[in-house]
Parts: sequence; structure tokens; C-alpha cells
Amino acid sequence: MYRIRRFAVRHSRQFEWIYNRLESALVALAPVLSRIGYNRIERPVALIEKGIKGLLFDCQMCGQCVLSSTGMSCPMNCPKQLRNGPCGGVRPGGFCEVKPGMRCVWVEGWNGAARMRGGDRIREVLPPVDRRLAGSSAWLRASREKAAALHEARERERSTLANAFPTARRIEPSTAPLADEPARAIGRGKTG
Amino acid sequence: MSQFDQDPNAIRRYAPPPEGHVSGSKLELALRAGHFAVTAEMNPPDSADPQDVFKAAQPLADVADAINATDASGANCHMSSIGICALLTRAGHGTVYQISCRDRNRIAIQGDVLGAAAMGVRNVLCLTGDDVGAGDQPGAKPVFDFDSLTLIRTIRTMRDQGVFLSGRKITSPPNLFIGAAENPCVDPLEWRPDRLAKKVAAGAEFIQTNYIFDMPRFQAFMSRVRDLGLERKVFILAGVGPLASAKAARWMRGNVPGIHIPDQVIARLEKAENPGEEGRRICVELIQQLREVAGVAGVHIMAYRREHLVADIVREAGIAREQRPA
Repeated sequence: MYRIRRFAVRHSRQFEWIYNRLESALVALAPVLSRIGYNRIERPVALIEKGIKGLLFDCQMCGQCVLSSTGMSCPMNCPKQLRNGPCGGVRPGGFCEVKPGMRCVWVEGWNGAARMRGGDRIREVLPPVDRRLAGSSAWLRASREKAAALHEARERERSTLANAFPTARRIEPSTAPLADEPARAIGRGKTG
Repeated sequence: MSQFDQDPNAIRRYAPPPEGHVSGSKLELALRAGHFAVTAEMNPPDSADPQDVFKAAQPLADVADAINATDASGANCHMSSIGICALLTRAGHGTVYQISCRDRNRIAIQGDVLGAAAMGVRNVLCLTGDDVGAGDQPGAKPVFDFDSLTLIRTIRTMRDQGVFLSGRKITSPPNLFIGAAENPCVDPLEWRPDRLAKKVAAGAEFIQTNYIFDMPRFQAFMSRVRDLGLERKVFILAGVGPLASAKAARWMRGNVPGIHIPDQVIARLEKAENPGEEGRRICVELIQQLREVAGVAGVHIMAYRREHLVADIVREAGIAREQRPA
């Protein structure tokens, strides 16, 4: 709904905080979710996401949510669906070229971003929408992606170490292991 | 000979750009040489006759470093930009191939970019495009698969990395000078310079602005542009044009998206005995003022249906090619 959507942009900073908590939780839960199977939970999560974000942001379920980079103003509500707006047709006072009664989604977005902690993300050029992902859960996609990136960073750290000490790794394989570690094998010692 | 009046084997790819250039277009050469460049918009014909294209381009040909061929601007159907550019390029004119995201998806656009470059086009202007509702066929399906920024980044990727967005290799990448538009005098005024920064980050190398009739607004915009250091990364051509009358100005302001004309300008036209002449004079004055603004690298003249005035305007403003320092 238009009025709730505008409320959300006015409170972009709060919604940014809420979403960050949600995302952290989903990233932390990644091992569990992955065991249950992302495929199995995709439909129900997408349904919940649609309900919540539809109410708050007039979300269209593009599946590649960028609200955190657009001041909590959903760019799919822009009649031109710009991912990097506003266009040059904005009317005096910040109204839409196509729907003169509506505030420009991107004027709202830039104002919303100015209120956010990570508001500078709006300066990043966003890619075009992948239309195949419409209807799917962006929450799961984003958290899965983040969990994978974390995993990869950990792996890279390990392999860099292993590559920096190639001989040691060969003669004493346990000093710079590259193989996957079972969960219980790590995190038992004191590091601090 | 066959139906070709030219030997197909004689049609070659244009020469690679000189050192320090990306396209070697006349426009790029003029800008990089530090000249105050002139581009001009052509009124595209509603015709399939190439002679109508040459006739429309003729009044601009002597004074413009490049002629912009609009891509169904205002969502009104005319001969395509790519067709006009192909004809004019063959006739030796510099052209700016305008691409709007309104009518074609990413598959069509990337293919057209290669086609245009093969036909000799060296400048391209990436636009979001006016909505279909503004034009003569408002029932059309708007596409907007890309926006202007994703389009800029895509052409940069094609040119610099030599691949389509899919990653598939392009055997001979297009050498294009990549441009974008900006509209400094309309809302949100405070964010316009930031959006320009995004266009530069996306890969734009020159900017053609919408009409500037409001110097204070433009000055404020440019001052922020200079704070961001953008004028050193991108060539900015300020948009100007002669207004025909107060009535025409009001109509444009009310009906063409993204046009801001201050009341004083309209009042001046209203009071004038000869509004057409007054509109021309305002245009010359604006060019002279714009030339003094730090960071403005040239002008982009949009003289819709007043193309016959362009050469005079350019000469009177003192920015014609023959008036350039050697």
C-alpha cells in the first residue's frame, strides 16, 4: 500500500537494522537450512516473504531484493523498473513522470538512503534484473550467497596458508591442512 | 554486378582508434584535443527515403562534431537511430547513435551495438527513454529490460572485455565512445550530481544534458560536479536549443518529460516582438554563458524543427569549428 510504503522509506534506518538482524540469523542458520534443504523451504519462505514485504514495500517478488541499496524504496514500483534511478523525467516536487500522482520511487529512495547507515550503497551500479528469478525468495538467496562467501573466505585463508608453506605441508600434513574439516575437529582450543 | 552497388569485399571495419582514444570519432578527437565541441540533434524523418535523412542532417553537418539520431524520442515512432546513423556515417558525418531502453531488450540492444559499430558508428548515447505513454502509441509494451546505467556498463564490457553480458566472446569488439544523458535542472536537484557520478562509475565518457534554461540551477549542479571531481573524468556537453515562442515553450514544459523552463525565459519570449528571433538570441546568450562555466566541454543543440538556425547560432556564439584556436 502506498502509504505504508512511504512509511517504510521514512523509517529506512529502522528497517535496515531489522533486515540486517534477519539476514545474520539466516546466515547463521545456513548449515541447518542446508540440511533441511533450501529447495524444500523455498516455497514456504517465499510465501512469508511475499506477505511481509508486499505489505511494507509493495514488493513485487523480483527475487533479487535490493532494498538495502535503494533506501528501502522498491525499484520494481518504478513504472520503468529502473535499477539505477531516477530518470530524467521526474516532475517538479519529485513526482513520477508516468504516474503524476505518485512520488518518484527513486527520489524517495535517495532520501531514504541518506537516512541509512549503509546508505552509500545506493551509489553502486546495480545489474539488470534476472527475470527467471521472479517469485523466488530473495531472503534465502542473499543469505545463501553470504554464507557461501564466508565459507569461501575461510577456505581461501586456509589454502593461502597451505600454499605459503608448501614443504611443511608435504612433510607435516597436519600443519597446513587443505582437506575439509569435520565440525567437531575445530573450535575446541583457546585462541585468545 | 549484383544488387550491391558497392563491392562487399571493399566494406571494411573502420580504422582502430589512435593512441589514447577509445573510438577515434570526430567528437572524441575534438573533446580530447580540448576544443569546445558541438553536437546537434537531428529531426528523424517519417520516411524510408535516404535523401530525407541527408536533407534533415544538412543544416547541422557543417557545424556539428556529431549529429545525434534520436531513438523514437518522446516515444514517437520515426526512422530508427541505427538506420540514420548508418546512412550518415557512410556519407562521412559523425553520428551519435542513441539507444533507449524503452523498446528493446538486452538481446536486441547488444546485437544492435555490434551492427552499428560494423556500419561505422563510433559514438553511442545510452538513455533510459521516455515512457510509452508520452508518445503517439501509448498502448505499446514498455520494455525497460536495461536502464541507462546497466546499458552503459554493458557496452563498456563489450568494448573493453570483448564479451557479451553472457560472457560469450566477441571476436572484434566495437570501438565506441560511450555517452549518457543527465538532466541537471529537474528534481531531485540535490541528487542529480550523484547520479552523474554513478553514470561515470558505470563507464560513461561523455554526457549530453537535457535543455539548460536555468543558469543558476546549472551553476549549482556544476559546482557540486566539480566538488566530486567529475568534470575531469567525463566530458560534459550542456544542452541548449532555440525556443520558437512562449506558447511552444509552455507546451514543451507541460508535455515533454524532463523539461524545465523558468518563467522569466517565457516572459522574455512573450514580450518580444519577434519571439523566434528572441528564442535564437536567448540560445546564443546561454551558449556564451555556458562556455564560461568550468567543466563544460561543449554544447548539445536540440533545435527541434528549427534546425535551420543551428549554424547561425553556433557561429554567432563563436564556437564554430573555423573559430577554434589552431
